[in-house]
Amino acid sequence: MLLALVVMPIVLGALALVVPWARVRAWLVPAGAVVHAALTAVVVISPPSPMFDRWMTLGALGRVIVAILSAQYLVCSFYVPGYLAARPERPNRVFCACLIALGGTMSLVAVSHHLGLMWVGIETSTLVTAPLIYFHRTPRSLEATWKYLLIGSVGIAFALYGSFFLASAALHNGLSTSLLFEDMVHDAARMSKPWLHAAFVILLVGYGTKIGLAPMHTWKPDVYGEAPGIVGALLAGGLTTCAFCALLRFVQIMNAAGDGELARSLLLAFGLLSIAVAAAFMIRQRDVKRMLAYSSVEHMGIVAFGLGIGGLGTYGALLHILSNSFGKGVLFLAAGNLHRTYGSKLAAEVSGAIHRVPASACLLLAGFFAITGSPPFSLFLSELTIVQAAFRAGRYAVAGLFLALLATVFIGMGAVVVRVVQGPARAGTKPEHEPLLTIAPALGCLAIVLVLGIYLPPWLDSALHTAARFVEMQS
Amino acid sequence: MSSLFDPLLVVILLLNLFVLGASRLRAVIGASALQGVCLGILTITAHAEITLEVIAVAVVAVAVKAVVIPRLLYKAMRDVAIVRDVEPLIGLIPSLVIGALGTTFSVIFSQTLPLVAAQQGSLILPSSFATVLTGCVVLTTRRKAITQVVGYLILENGIFIMGLALLDAMPFLVEVGVLLDLFVAIFVMAIIINHVSREFASTDAAELTALKE
Repeated sequence: MLLALVVMPIVLGALALVVPWARVRAWLVPAGAVVHAALTAVVVISPPSPMFDRWMTLGALGRVIVAILSAQYLVCSFYVPGYLAARPERPNRVFCACLIALGGTMSLVAVSHHLGLMWVGIETSTLVTAPLIYFHRTPRSLEATWKYLLIGSVGIAFALYGSFFLASAALHNGLSTSLLFEDMVHDAARMSKPWLHAAFVILLVGYGTKIGLAPMHTWKPDVYGEAPGIVGALLAGGLTTCAFCALLRFVQIMNAAGDGELARSLLLAFGLLSIAVAAAFMIRQRDVKRMLAYSSVEHMGIVAFGLGIGGLGTYGALLHILSNSFGKGVLFLAAGNLHRTYGSKLAAEVSGAIHRVPASACLLLAGFFAITGSPPFSLFLSELTIVQAAFRAGRYAVAGLFLALLATVFIGMGAVVVRVVQGPARAGTKPEHEPLLTIAPALGCLAIVLVLGIYLPPWLDSALHTAARFVEMQS
Repeated sequence: MSSLFDPLLVVILLLNLFVLGASRLRAVIGASALQGVCLGILTITAHAEITLEVIAVAVVAVAVKAVVIPRLLYKAMRDVAIVRDVEPLIGLIPSLVIGALGTTFSVIFSQTLPLVAAQQGSLILPSSFATVLTGCVVLTTRRKAITQVVGYLILENGIFIMGLALLDAMPFLVEVGVLLDLFVAIFVMAIIINHVSREFASTDAAELTALKE
């Protein structure tokens, strides 16, 4: 069953390569997503027994992550047919195949309980997303793809190096070298400390590059800026979730080793730095999509900050991963619509979008309020939880700094979004028809962050709490 | 561990310095390929008993690192007709100095990590650190896309050396997976280089500057 989550999309992706009709290929993406979501629902409700000598296990953390991934992918996938219909001149064979396969490789990260297998999941996810970024075939998208591949590959190489360090930490004391997370968590306290600490730092840098924490975030503005909106939504909402899942495994090992404090202080520092860098670059940002990329850096920083606080903060961070995933869906899909309509993503040229594409403009505005943590959206809930955790831990200074930075981001991002949505429009601008398929997925994402903000179902809340306790080693 | 082990690691360290000091692309690619050959021999000498699996990993390592990838890069080099990487961001002599300092630092750093008895006194850790460091220097200071790929290759070589220390612990499946991933990554990069050369009429990564703040 777990294997099906990974293999089904990859096989379907291969199938998409040989399907000769472009429209059918485009519809294969949501079709695959529906099947994947159904499979996910089955495994999440009744976790299946581990496979391949426990290499694939659905634990408390993997359960939450795979559900987030599959749900976000499902909602966003319905954007694909509408998007590709608007770009009939582009060959979409490789695009569709990679997009479908991405669902499988991301699931692999969530369900693998083996250090090496999880790394393979992250690596293949990076490789299959490269052609997606190059979809427009412009020199700029080529440049973005090059940066993504090079910086991403170096990040992944460091992740592998860190994994070797972690294996050495176990090797040193003659502990089990199965490289299974279960065994490593069990043995963590007896691992060689210098190796373990070095491993965590290298892993944080490696997977932090994939997450896009400052100062390893430099690829993000270029890539999110040039990639199609749907790809941006999946990168910022899905792939970062995967990379955080990987990082959380190591946070758990550090917690089990009694070195949680070291891990937390590093995460706190990277988190605050990321939010600060994002805030600095969002002020007076002229490019809407690049602004969204910095927003992603900011939110990765918020999650890292929450993990850095620990305790209730870990729960807040998990809730924030969930909320951010859908929040980014709204923003990137809406921004993608604006980009396509105006043929530009510069705020000065897209000004007054509400007069031309009212639905997308409203979604962008609502998405902005959601992502900056305004009530009643669920990001308000998760950010509040994180701040509350910081105050409870008596860390008033960092909590104050955190809030000040969030306020700066709100002002910086707000200035751009308000100008885009309600700024002066060109004379004679008339409302244009917007196909339902390019609006509904963004609306769906918005509805989810809205509903979760008002009513967090008890089963979801308890699943998040269980995952947080699992990471914190309190169960 | 055979007596060949440390001398081979020394060869790899010298090749690192050679790469840092060389400007001709052909020589740089050749040096990384030679490192690949050394890694293949190291894989065999690292094992107490030579099984079929060991030989398979060694053969795949040599095939990927010393034959397939260098050929891809040579082809890319011919297609875009460039010979040397001029004007690196840091001159050749300074980057050589950085490499030498890095190697020294690697030796000191590896002293701080406790070793299992079998690896006591071995050069395996310092050479791994030094090679990773060299890869990073080449990646960040060279301008041509092909040289950057070679930097990545050297970085991976450093990681592979570290993997040798864990051969008994790491299942072969993962090792082979690593090689395969490396191959695919470089393959995709080679395709991209071709696109870069067509779009920009050069593979100067420094020309990739349309996207910046």
